[in-house]
Order: sequence, then structure tokens, then C-alpha cells
Amino acid sequence: MKVLVPIKRVIDFNVKVRVKADHSNVDLANVKMAINPFCEIAVEEAVRLKEAGTATEVIAVSIGAKACQEQLRTALALGADRAIHIETELTLDAINIAKLLQKIVEEEQPQLVILGKQSIDSDNNQTGQMLAALTNMAQGTFASEVKIDGDKVNVTREVDGGLQTVALNLPAIVTTDLRLNEPRYASLPNIMKAKRKPLDVKPADSFGIDLSPRTQILKVTPPAEREAGIIVESIDELVQKLKNEAKVIS
Amino acid sequence: MSILVFAEHDNKSLKADTLKTVAAAQAIGGDIHILVAGSDCQTVADEASKVNGVSKVILADNAAYEHQLAENISLLVTELAADYSHILATALTTGKNFMPRVAALLDVAQISDIIAVQSSDTFVRPIYAGNAIATVQISDSKKVITVRTTGFDAVATDGSAEIVAIDTVTDAGISSHVSDQLTVTERPELGAARVIISGGRGMQNGENFQLLEGIADKLGAAIGASRAAVDAGFVPNDMQVGQTGKIVAPDLYIAVGISGAIQHLAGMKDSKVIVAINKDPEAPIFQVADYGIVADLFDALPELESKL
Ligand SMILES: Cc1cc2nc3c(=O)[nH]c(=O)nc-3n(C[C@H](O)[C@H](O)[C@H](O)COP(=O)(O)OP(=O)(O)OC[C@H]3O[C@@H](n4cnc5c(N)ncnc54)[C@H](O)[C@@H]3O)c2cc1C
Repeated sequence: MKVLVPIKRVIDFNVKVRVKADHSNVDLANVKMAINPFCEIAVEEAVRLKEAGTATEVIAVSIGAKACQEQLRTALALGADRAIHIETELTLDAINIAKLLQKIVEEEQPQLVILGKQSIDSDNNQTGQMLAALTNMAQGTFASEVKIDGDKVNVTREVDGGLQTVALNLPAIVTTDLRLNEPRYASLPNIMKAKRKPLDVKPADSFGIDLSPRTQILKVTPPAEREAGIIVESIDELVQKLKNEAKVIS
Repeated sequence: MSILVFAEHDNKSLKADTLKTVAAAQAIGGDIHILVAGSDCQTVADEASKVNGVSKVILADNAAYEHQLAENISLLVTELAADYSHILATALTTGKNFMPRVAALLDVAQISDIIAVQSSDTFVRPIYAGNAIATVQISDSKKVITVRTTGFDAVATDGSAEIVAIDTVTDAGISSHVSDQLTVTERPELGAARVIISGGRGMQNGENFQLLEGIADKLGAAIGASRAAVDAGFVPNDMQVGQTGKIVAPDLYIAVGISGAIQHLAGMKDSKVIVAINKDPEAPIFQVADYGIVADLFDALPELESKL
């Protein structure tokens, strides 16, 4: 069984992004970038399926500028077998990302596609579901457990009220939540090995898809700052303030 | 313009979050219909018919919709989509699950988690864990949108819309429901609570969350948690507040033993009043707290409970 893992290059999760002075967008110049944490969990899950003998090949794919090959190398170091880079300088809407991924699914015919549930930059939470619709596959989003069972996969999902388990026909789409696994660190020998693993580059405009934007960012502003609060000295003072000043308890 | 709002419910009652999504629909303006898709869910439709500003409730009552599987619901919504300029769902796990599927089937983009409406095609949404606020214009003629409930005030419920039952059955036949493992609690839901008290890694274990229970009882509060507390197995996943968990904005949010990572702040910093209890005076949570107390939570919590 082949597993396809689409991954995204994003701002490192420890970095607090700044908005550009002209409010045109956020400022990513000289900011530390990394593989989106949910995508890292997706790679880990695919690699574990391979180690368990369930998956035969793990293919990582990323769409973006040349720099996202760094994150593909990270995926290879974590255990993916080969990588595909769909190169574009454009910032694509999720619907267009999903259309490009659909082409890769048609070419590679994976039994399972594992994606992160959301990227921590645009916070959209869309691509996996869109890809599932375009390929007419079932989807197990926000997964905290994935179990292959013959021609089906059982996915336990983190939902508002707790957990829900669904059974999906294969091939299927899974999107990862935080509790699915704890990704490993790439070892130095594996980082070296990753440099020699195959990485195919395909221009995004070679797929015959209309990639023109559907959305336009008109402006990006910083969020409203909260006014600085105070440190209270005692629980008595806290209770008194909450009652008489903030008036949020009675 | 006409707007279809997907109702959040559990086949028994309408979730109050839907009232906020209807508020977003009203801000867009137009004829508003609510879709109630479920099984044995007439009571939900009855409730939905009372939501202000709604002219019609569409009831799709069929076993295929019982668990609101994305594969089935997305086909239903896509079939109904021809009549609407906008399709709205609440940005909770059900809407997040099926809406992008609808967008892809309609070949349009989706705008996720809007917190304000500027015009019928321009919306405001947080990005980067709420550290930036984007104003986004969408050019697709059909707008598929999920609504973050903290951005809108619930509409009233003294209306009287007609209920129209439809017998469209869309069963994709590629997925099925196996089981639910839902958290049972007498407390208000995080999204609906006026007061929330959340515990983090500083709580040390699940048993210690009992220290929050007594306070929550006295304040009628919901109990939340940081990711670290959920990952460590102290409490279930549905209690996680944050960028990738639940987004809340209660009147009062009390963070206990939580450092205040940007991912946690993303889920609670729009609360009206924030209280932080932390023994580390440098903890970033104090930068967003209206009232901070530098204390050991194992001393502070019993005292707080006794003084409420
Ligand atoms: C992709 C991604 C998504 C994430 N999504 C979320 C999310 O949705 N929600 C979320 O919360 N996090 C999220 N995180 C995790 C986030 O980055 C932090 O790791 C997490 O919020 C830390 O939880 P914490 O504050 O409980 O733990 P810590 O950061 O370890 O803080 C514990 C705090 O408790 C205090 N403390 C300890 N003992 C005591 C005591 N006895 N008395 C008083 N204070 C005490 C300490 O001083 C410290 O400040 C996400 C991370 C990533 C990478």
C-alpha cells in the first residue's frame, strides 16, 4: 500500500509573526520556517505504517517555492521514501492546492493520503477535505487513531463532544490531530541518507489546471492589543476585584 | 441574495452556536434558510423555525444523515446549493469537516472562521493563531463560509419560519459510523459558558483537576485545558482550548498553571476578563491577564473556592 503525504512549509510554531507596516501581509523575511507540525505528524504516521509492514512506500509532496524542498528533505529524513516538489511562486488557494494534489493522486494511486488537519499559518483546515471531495474518497479528519482493517480504515476523530470512530473504504483521506502520534527526531545518518533520496520537481503550471486566485487579501492588521492588567497580592483582592471592578462574578 | 445556514445539532436540540452563525448571515443580508440535516430530528427543526430572521427551515430527516458524515452531508448541501449565494456553517468540528468538501464539489474557495462581515464578498478572519487579522475578498460567485462564533452575538428566538421537509437522500456509501465516545458532563459546554476555568501542565495530573471542580460549581463554569494537559492524559481532548482546539470568549476566563503559549492564547484572548494563576511571574499568560496572581495553584485554588 502506497501512502501519500502532502506537507507544507510554514513559519516555525515558536515564532510570533509580525504584520508588515503597510498592512499588506505578514512579514516572513528572515523568519525561521519549518514543516507544519500537523504535517510532521502525518509523515510520522505514514512512516509507522511502513515500519509495521502495512505501507510499502511513503511519498511526500509539497507545493510552493523552491525553499519547500528543505521540508521535503526533512520528510525524507523522517523516513519518507521519495518526494515530489510541485514548484510555484504563487500563493495558492486551498482549492487549487487540492486540484494539484488530485493530479498526484491520479498518477500515484495511493491507498491512503495523510495530511495535517490545518496549517498554522493560514489556519484554513480545508485541503484534506477538498482533496477527498475531488477524488471521491472518504475522509477521516482530525484523527487521533488510524487502524487499517482489510479494505477499510478505521479512524478515531477528535470532535467537539469527545471522540468519534468512522470506518472508511480505501482509498481514503486522513487528516491528523495532535494526539495521533509524537513525531520522532531525524537522526544525523538519516538526514545524510535523505540527501540521496529521489526528489522530483514538477512545475505547477505543467498540470493544465487554472490556478488563478479565487481570494484576495485586501489587508492584514495586527490584532487588538489587550490593555495591561495588574498583579493582585491576595485571593481576597482577586475576589473583590472580580466582584466590584470587573463585575463578572456576584 | 439568499443564504443557507447549516444547523448544528445532536438530532435532539439545536446548538446555540447556530444562532451566532445566523447573526453572520444577517450581517451579509438576504433571505436566510436553515438546513436541519439529521435523523429523527423534527424537534431540531421546530427549534430552528423560531430563530429570528429565518424565513424557511429545510428538514432533511433520514438515517443517512444521523451522524452527519461529511461524505453524505456534503452531497446534500451541494444539491441544495443552486438556490443560494452563500452557504454558512459554524466553525466547529462538524462544519469544519464537511464544508470544504462542499466548496470543492462546487469548485469554489472556502473562507474559514470569519469573525466579521464587511460586505457580501469581503470577510475578516484571524490567521497565524490570531496574531494577524486578514480582510479577504472572494471572487467565486458562491461563497462557502465557516463562522467563528466568538465573532457574533446570538440572534433571538421569537420568529416563526415555515418548515419544509425534503426527501432527498444522498448516501455516498463510502463511509460509516462505528462508535462515539463522548464526554459526559453536567457542566455548560465550553462554547456556551459564561465562565471558564482551565488547567494546564501545572495541574500535574488528572485528579488535581478536582481542585477546579469546586470553583466551577460555584461559578457555573465550564472546565477547559491546555494542549499539554490533554497530551499528558489529564483530561479528554474536547477540553482543549486554543488555536487548534476550541475558540472561546467567555465573560471570565481563569487560566491555572498555564504558561500562555501563542497557541493557547489564540483560543481565549478575546475573553472579556482574564485571570491567571501561575507561580512563575515571567509566564507570558500575565501579559494578557487583567488580574494575575503569582502563587502556587495548590494553595490558591482551595482558598479561591472557599472565598467565592
Ligand atoms: C501545532 C500546534 C498546535 C497547538 N495547539 C494548541 C492549542 O490548541 N491549545 C494549547 O493550549 N496549546 C496548543 N499547542 C501547545 C502550546 O505550544 C504549548 O505547548 C501549550 O499550550 C503549553 O501548555 P501549558 O501552558 O499547560 O504547559 P507549560 O507551557 O508547561 O506551562 C505550565 C505552566 O504552569 C505553571 N505551573 C507549574 N506548576 C505550578 C504550580 N504549582 N502553581 C502555579 N503554576 C504552576 C508553570 O509556571 C508554567 O507557566 C500547540 C502546539 C503546536 C505545535
